[in-house]
Amino acid sequence: MTAEAATEAIAPPDIGPTVRSYPGARRPDRSRWVTTSGPRIAAYEWGDPDGPTIVMAHGGFDFAGTFDVLAPMLADGGGYRVVSWDARGHGNSEHTALYSWGADMRDAAAVLDAVSPVEPVVFFGHSKGGGIMFDLAHALPHRLTHMINLDGLPSKNNWPDLADHERTKMLRSELEGWLEHRARTATAERRPDTIEGLARRRQRMNPRLPLEWLEYLVTIGGEEVVDGDGASFGWRWKLDASLRFGGFGPWRPEWSMQRLPGIGVPVLGVLGLEPETMGWGTQPADVIPNAPPVFRFEALEGVGHFVHIEQPRLIADMVLSFLADHP
Amino acid sequence: MSNVVALRHGKVDLALHLLREGWGRPLLLLHGLGERTPAQPPASTAAWPGPVYGLDFTGHGASAIPVGGGYTAEVLMADVDAVLRRLGKVTILGRGVGAYVGLLIAGSQPTLVRGVVLTDGPGLVGGGIRPGTSHVPAVPPGVPGPPDPHALAELSRDVRPPDYAIEYVRQIMQWSELDTPIAVAAVVRPEWLAAVVQEPGVVECPADEALARFAEVQ
Repeated sequence: MTAEAATEAIAPPDIGPTVRSYPGARRPDRSRWVTTSGPRIAAYEWGDPDGPTIVMAHGGFDFAGTFDVLAPMLADGGGYRVVSWDARGHGNSEHTALYSWGADMRDAAAVLDAVSPVEPVVFFGHSKGGGIMFDLAHALPHRLTHMINLDGLPSKNNWPDLADHERTKMLRSELEGWLEHRARTATAERRPDTIEGLARRRQRMNPRLPLEWLEYLVTIGGEEVVDGDGASFGWRWKLDASLRFGGFGPWRPEWSMQRLPGIGVPVLGVLGLEPETMGWGTQPADVIPNAPPVFRFEALEGVGHFVHIEQPRLIADMVLSFLADHP
Repeated sequence: MSNVVALRHGKVDLALHLLREGWGRPLLLLHGLGERTPAQPPASTAAWPGPVYGLDFTGHGASAIPVGGGYTAEVLMADVDAVLRRLGKVTILGRGVGAYVGLLIAGSQPTLVRGVVLTDGPGLVGGGIRPGTSHVPAVPPGVPGPPDPHALAELSRDVRPPDYAIEYVRQIMQWSELDTPIAVAAVVRPEWLAAVVQEPGVVECPADEALARFAEVQ
């Protein structure tokens, strides 16, 4: 059986009611599987299926459900068809043996081909998703009309300034950590907990986000663990346990920023200036010299890395006015 | 003779081939991009006293092909780590991408890798020292492999900054007990390798000479 035939035999990605709610959050209106890049990728849509399309890429360790507040605002406020997907290994998408930037790009292109094979669309990305959409904009410049980037403008390494011998020791510890992690991934599983417990653990990485929102996310990006008799062991993130925050390799954050000046469509770039573990600490002075020809740039004081979750109304209005101003 | 030892790295089953029996520390062959472990050990290994093994990287030879690609040199390095966890101390003879990966694992496990020899072969160059024009690394449909076409597409474009390669050389020099634990036999010198040969602890010599020297090390 081909992957596509096998996928047709299973239900579309879950967009059913959640056991927790959050003010303004709304599950997608439609969902489907995209299999053309290899793994089964869960794609979602909000709004008018015939409206102009915005394709949104989430950040690392997130999933499309993190747009459950912003996407409905764009769909309802601008008549847009808003599309997002769970990256491989995240949310409802298939866990794979390997993960890489190039593979994420290929999955993104597969989703783009599935939802709008001819008509160019609005590219939108948060954090790592912003970097993926930057690269996709250069690889497929005929496929986008606008680019929107939410706190996905990495500019420099977060490495502390260390003497060479200290840096050598630090790298050794990273290498050992990576290999230990790889050695464990054959059997690794995420630890179950209560909804509140998982939300509190995530709050360590997302300290500015309300617990109520994180609990809502658990009920989308997590699943209840039930034994054969139906007894619950709690909830567990669906995220593949082989994914690891802070992977290493030759990649340099400034390479992503170097994609910005060459983007030929109107670009909206937003920075959240409050420092956060998952953010890059990029400052306006890092961005402004890289401005593309048509650029609206917003640096938000008092807002952290998850700008669209902390300030969804502000971001939605900013996006809608940007798109209206650049028809 | 070819005996296959089954190993597991994450979700992938790997094939480790025992090519020749022997006494002492094993020699581990790492093949080039798109290749597989050869049926016979290469001539340069004739004098190696220990057993000779060859690993088929993920997506190559008798190792499994995962769904949807996602290859990096660092993941192949972790393939080799799965071998080290089985065999313990080894000397490595790498071809092409296997030479680059050999350097990475020698830097990551500097006390287990007792000498690494870098030789020419497919995938030695990589994708240059910085990202090129952005592209979607697509593969032609209907070619299942091995080798996995995703591996060919992705590992021929992986970026190899010289200062990144040098970080691994310095790891080796910091913790290896050998005075010259890195031998470069490759004729071709992509920028990462040209930088490596400038570092202390790196010698340039033919592979058989390098192996003869590493064979004398306990």
